[in-house]
Amino acid sequence: MANPGIIEIIDVHKRYEVNNEALHVLGGLSLTITPGEFVSIVGLSGSGKSTLLRLLIGLDRDYQGEIRVGGEPVRGPSLDRGIVFQEHRLFPWLNVRDNVGLGLENSKLSVSEKERTVREHIELVGLRGFEEAYPHQLSGGMAQRAAIARALVNRPSILLLDEPFGALDALTRSNLQQELQRIWQSEKISMVLVTHDVDEAVYLGDRVVVLEPHPGRIERIVPIDVPHPRERKDPRLEALIREVREAILEHRS
Amino acid sequence: MSASRETARRAARVAAARAYVLPLALLVAWELSTRFGLVNTRLLVAPTKVIAAAWRELQQGGIVTPLAASLARDLGGAAIGSVLGVLVGSVMGVSRRWEHALGPSFHAAKQVAIFAWIPLMSVWLGTGEVAKVVFVALAAFYPVALNTFEGVRSVSPSHVEVARVFAFSRVQVFRRVVLPGAAPSIITGVKVGLVYAWLGTIGAEYLLAAAPGIGNLMIDGRESFQMDKVLLGVVIVGAVGVIISAAAANVEARLLRWRS
Repeated sequence: MANPGIIEIIDVHKRYEVNNEALHVLGGLSLTITPGEFVSIVGLSGSGKSTLLRLLIGLDRDYQGEIRVGGEPVRGPSLDRGIVFQEHRLFPWLNVRDNVGLGLENSKLSVSEKERTVREHIELVGLRGFEEAYPHQLSGGMAQRAAIARALVNRPSILLLDEPFGALDALTRSNLQQELQRIWQSEKISMVLVTHDVDEAVYLGDRVVVLEPHPGRIERIVPIDVPHPRERKDPRLEALIREVREAILEHRS
Repeated sequence: MSASRETARRAARVAAARAYVLPLALLVAWELSTRFGLVNTRLLVAPTKVIAAAWRELQQGGIVTPLAASLARDLGGAAIGSVLGVLVGSVMGVSRRWEHALGPSFHAAKQVAIFAWIPLMSVWLGTGEVAKVVFVALAAFYPVALNTFEGVRSVSPSHVEVARVFAFSRVQVFRRVVLPGAAPSIITGVKVGLVYAWLGTIGAEYLLAAAPGIGNLMIDGRESFQMDKVLLGVVIVGAVGVIISAAAANVEARLLRWRS
């Protein structure tokens, strides 16, 4: 019996048809992510980072190759996998509590268990006291916190993050990166983070997967052997950041 | 700080008061012109006479019964038309196939001026209550269907994607994402529909068979040359329109609290 948190990506190809022209987005990508691991994926645009997350979450099933989660092929979205997008995508007509609770629409929990788990997750992301607030009343960082709570409310074994802090200002971003590290440590689930931000990828990841574009393939996997919780100013991290940055830029010419 | 707020409040009050200047001036001019014989008082009676007529009719039950009858037609028809409008608009909004099947007919039918249906409807449905309510429903139907369609189409695909991630069924997507997302537009449609329905109610009472109603009150007034009664009808029609619109705006503000 495979562990529920294990992700196996086996020789995945993805092609889009754009104006009758085939666009090869992913060209034979293979990767195994072990349970509880934090994997960051970086690469230039066109390397298929976000496409890969769409395949993993199950929103797009039109690809060649195989993706298995917990030993089972991915056949569509599942409550065992959560995702946070770059935009918070909260529903403007629901307050924070109801937005988070929306994730439990198809959960088998009883009403009181649902209320409790919603409350716990709002506390987990530090939004206690903002349960009644509507999205337009929240700052960008707070809205993204709510989106993280919503993605975690089903207690998935995997959380996918698609450039979740890309639209935030620098200060809020580094705050939320720290928060995410704390949440990952307390929830002990697998996380896959797609990002443009190399510092973020190295700061958070156990491994950083560097993709090369056209079509997207793995250029290199950089292990980040620095124990959590990490210090941003750690010289080991700074050396690894340089290494990852060079690996990305190698393929720009 | 508080002084400037006080000034702002006073400015707002002055602005609100400005709206009353024109109607009050017209009322005074109207009253004076009848008092001094500047107009034929058989054709235009004084406002005070209209108030007296209102008092007289009220005591004889000449207002409450017809008003209740008109409102029943209006709200009944508006409810039927709105429900059908939301249904048809949603179906066309959710499914391209249904849009292709229904859209062209819908847009063609919409071009027919609403009162042009009256002769056909009186042949098919008679000139009684059924024809009146169906006519009112038709008047409310178009704006509701059109706005629902546009509202459903404007629902953000990224919100629908969130629902898919949470494994929502199609029914759940519709109830939890599409309907609330389209709600502002649907409510706008219902507000317009209510205006059309009230116009349609008075029109139907005028053009179809006589029965208790505000339209009929005005016809009675005209036939017996009681201009006070005709003008009373006009005032009631206007007042009801204003009250319905205000009530709808109130409901809208409650339902769409999340927007402000």
